[in-house]
Amino acid sequence: MKEKEIKKETVGNAEEKNRFVREVAQKKYEYGFTTDVQTEIIDRGLDEDVVRLISAKKEEPDWLLEFRLKAFNYWQTQQQPSWGHLTLPEIDYQAISYYADPTKGMKKDGPKSLDEIDPELMKTFDKLGIPLEERLALSGTAVDAVMDSVSVKTTFKEKLSERGIIFCSISEAVREYPDLVRQYLGSVVPYRDNYFAALNSAVFSDGSFVYIPKGVRCPMELSTYFRINARNTGQFERTLIVCDDGGYVSYLEGCTAPMRDENQLHAAIVEIVVNENAEVKYSTVQNWYPGDAEGKGGVLNLVTKRGHLRGANSKLSWTQVETGSAITWKYPSCILSGDNSQAEFYSVAVTNNYQQADTGTKMIHLGRNTKSTIISKGISAGKSQNSYRGLVRVAPRADGARNYSSCDSLLLGSDCGAHTFPYMDVRNDTAIVEHEATTSKISEEQLFYCNQRGIPTEEAVGLIVNGYAKDVINKLPMEFAVEAQKLLNVSLEGTVG
Amino acid sequence: MLEIKDLHACINGKEILKGINLTVNAGEIHALMGQNGAGKSTLSNVLVGNPAYEVTHGSVTFNGKDLLAMKPEERAHEGLFLSFQQPVEIPGVSMVNFMRAAVNAKRKYKGLEPMGAGDFLKMMREKRKIVELDSKLANRSVNEGFSGGEKKRNEIFQMAMLEPTLSILDETDSGLDVDALRIVAEGFNKLRTPETSALVITHYQRLLDYLKPDVVHVLMDGRIVKTGGPDLAVEIEKRGFDWIKAEAEAD
Repeated sequence: MKEKEIKKETVGNAEEKNRFVREVAQKKYEYGFTTDVQTEIIDRGLDEDVVRLISAKKEEPDWLLEFRLKAFNYWQTQQQPSWGHLTLPEIDYQAISYYADPTKGMKKDGPKSLDEIDPELMKTFDKLGIPLEERLALSGTAVDAVMDSVSVKTTFKEKLSERGIIFCSISEAVREYPDLVRQYLGSVVPYRDNYFAALNSAVFSDGSFVYIPKGVRCPMELSTYFRINARNTGQFERTLIVCDDGGYVSYLEGCTAPMRDENQLHAAIVEIVVNENAEVKYSTVQNWYPGDAEGKGGVLNLVTKRGHLRGANSKLSWTQVETGSAITWKYPSCILSGDNSQAEFYSVAVTNNYQQADTGTKMIHLGRNTKSTIISKGISAGKSQNSYRGLVRVAPRADGARNYSSCDSLLLGSDCGAHTFPYMDVRNDTAIVEHEATTSKISEEQLFYCNQRGIPTEEAVGLIVNGYAKDVINKLPMEFAVEAQKLLNVSLEGTVG
Repeated sequence: MLEIKDLHACINGKEILKGINLTVNAGEIHALMGQNGAGKSTLSNVLVGNPAYEVTHGSVTFNGKDLLAMKPEERAHEGLFLSFQQPVEIPGVSMVNFMRAAVNAKRKYKGLEPMGAGDFLKMMREKRKIVELDSKLANRSVNEGFSGGEKKRNEIFQMAMLEPTLSILDETDSGLDVDALRIVAEGFNKLRTPETSALVITHYQRLLDYLKPDVVHVLMDGRIVKTGGPDLAVEIEKRGFDWIKAEAEAD
C-alpha cells in the first residue's frame, strides 16, 4: 500500500454571527513582571565572532565551538521557512542579543550555596512558584531554573547523583561529562535539521542535561523552568535527555516571560534518546507571554523537539499544554527505530486574541510492531488561528506498525480558525493507520443549559473546555494537571461576553 | 409566588406571547395545555431567561422580586428550574462536575461555603435513586449517550439536587414509555412539599393522572383562553381543543 494524503479542513469565518460570543478584555497574564537584576548582555547582532564569544564565555572545548561554527555557517546559507499556517512577523536577527547572564554578580561555576544567588533571582522564582530552596520544593520534584541564557540553580543534584543520575545545566554537563554530551548532542536533531535548529545549534546558551543510567528509575520528577527576563534577547536553550537501557524518567518543562511590547524570540531544541526497555515522559506547560489583546508583543516560540526510540520496547510520550506565545510553531516528534517501541503525543493548544499556533507531531515508524498514538485538542477563541499538522510515516520494514490519531478542534466564537493538516505516508501493507478528526463549537444551547442550572457563562466555558481537554490533562503529573486546568480557565477568560 | 402580568414576548421579531396573565401560589400545580405553536414553550423559555426570546411588554414577579431583571443563573439561584423538552448534550463534562458546579454556584449566591466532596457524592447517591438512575451516572457526560427516557429522568434528578421552589416541566412526558413516565412522575411527586409549586406543560392526561394539578390552563395563540380545574384536562383528552377555540372566538 502506498498512500499519501493531505486533508485540509478549514472552518470558522466571520460570517456567522453569534450573540453570546464577543471579543472582550485582555486575558490576565500574571507572570508579566520583570526582575531588576544585574545582567551581563552582549551586544546585539549575530556573526561568527558572537558565536565564538558565547563559546568562550562558557569556556567550551574546541569540538563544541566547531559544532557551533558549522551550524552557524549552515544557518547563513538557509532561508527562514514560510510553509507554516502562520503570519510570522519579520525577525531581525541582528537586533537581538544572543547572550544574557543574570548571574553576573555571582561566582563562576555557579553558586555553591543559595546565599550566593542574587536575592532578586530567588524572589523571582519564588513568585513563579518555583522555590529554589529544596526544603520548599514541590514534593518529589527537582528543578533546573534557567533565566535568559543561564541556569541559575539545579536542586536535588546530590540526591540524584547517589543513583548515578545526572541532572544539571547543559553548560555544566559540557564541563563535567564532555564524552556523554559529545556522543549525543545533535544525534537526534542534527544542526542541518531546519533553520531554527541551525540557529539554536550555533548560539544555544543553556538548558538541562539528564542522564539516567542503565536500570535506574528516577525517583523524582525532573523539571526545568525557563524564564525570559532581559529585553531584546533571544532564548536559545538546549535540552538533552538520555535514558539508558531499562531506565525511567518523567520530565516537566514550564515557561513564562514578562510582558513586553516587542516580540521575544525563543528557539529551543529538545533531544531525547531512549534506549532498550527505557521509558521517558516529557510534559510541557507552555505559558510564554502571548501578547496583548491587540496582538502586540508576545513570544515567538519556534522549537524543535524530537525523541529517538533507539532500543527495542522503548517508550516515549510527549504531553503538552500550550496556552502562551504569540506564535507557537513546533512538532514534538518520535522516531520509532526499536522494535515494539511505543510513542504517544498528547496535546492541548489554546489560542486566544491574535495568537497563532501551528503545532502537532511526527511519528516515524522504522521498527517492527511499533505503535504510536496522537491525541490533539485545539481550542481557538478571539481572532486566533490554531492548526494541527501531523505526519505519520511507516517505513517499508516496519511490519505491524500501528497509529491512531485523533484531532479535535473546539471553536469559541466566529472570528477564529481551526485547521487540520494530517499527512500520512504508509509504505508497508501490514500497517494500520487510523485518523479521526472533529470540529465543534460551544453552542448557545449548552451555555444556556448551564446558566439555567445556576452556572454562570464564564464558569460554564471553563467546565466545557476542561472536559474537552481532560484526556490530555489526565496524562500530566498531578501538580502540573492542576496548574494546567487553572491555566485553561485564565487563558479563555473574557472570550464569552 | 409567581405573578405574570400582561406578558408579551417575541422570537426573531415575531410576537408569540400576546398578553399572558397567570398567578401560581405556593404549593400549587398548574397544568398548561394547548396545541403546538400556542406559546407554551415560549412562556417557559421566557420565564427562565433564555436570551433567544425578547420580552416586549409586561411584568413577572417571583417571590416579590422582578424576575425579568435577573440573569438566568440568578433566576436558578432564586429557585426556578426548567426541565427541558430537549436536554442538550455536553460532551466531556461529567454529571458529577456539572452538578457540583451548579450546587456550589447556588451555595455561593446564598453565602454558603462550597459543599465538601464526600457530602456531595452522598447527596448524588441519594437523589439519583429517586429517578432510578444507576451509579454510572456520576461519571457519564451530561446527557451524552442518554436514551430519551434517561434524559428526562436526568432532568428530574437535577431538580432533586437543586431543590427549586418553582419547577417548569416542559413536555417532560414526551417520548416516554409507560414505565419511564411512571418513574419520572413518581420521582417528581416525591420531591413535592407544601411550599413547592410547578408549571406543567403537557399534551396528555396520563402525566396529569400522576401529578394531579390544582389548576388547568389552555393557551391559544399567545393568550390563556380558558382556566379550570382538573376536569378540564380530562375533557380536553376526550374532545380536543376545537370546542375551546369555538368558545374563545364566540367571546
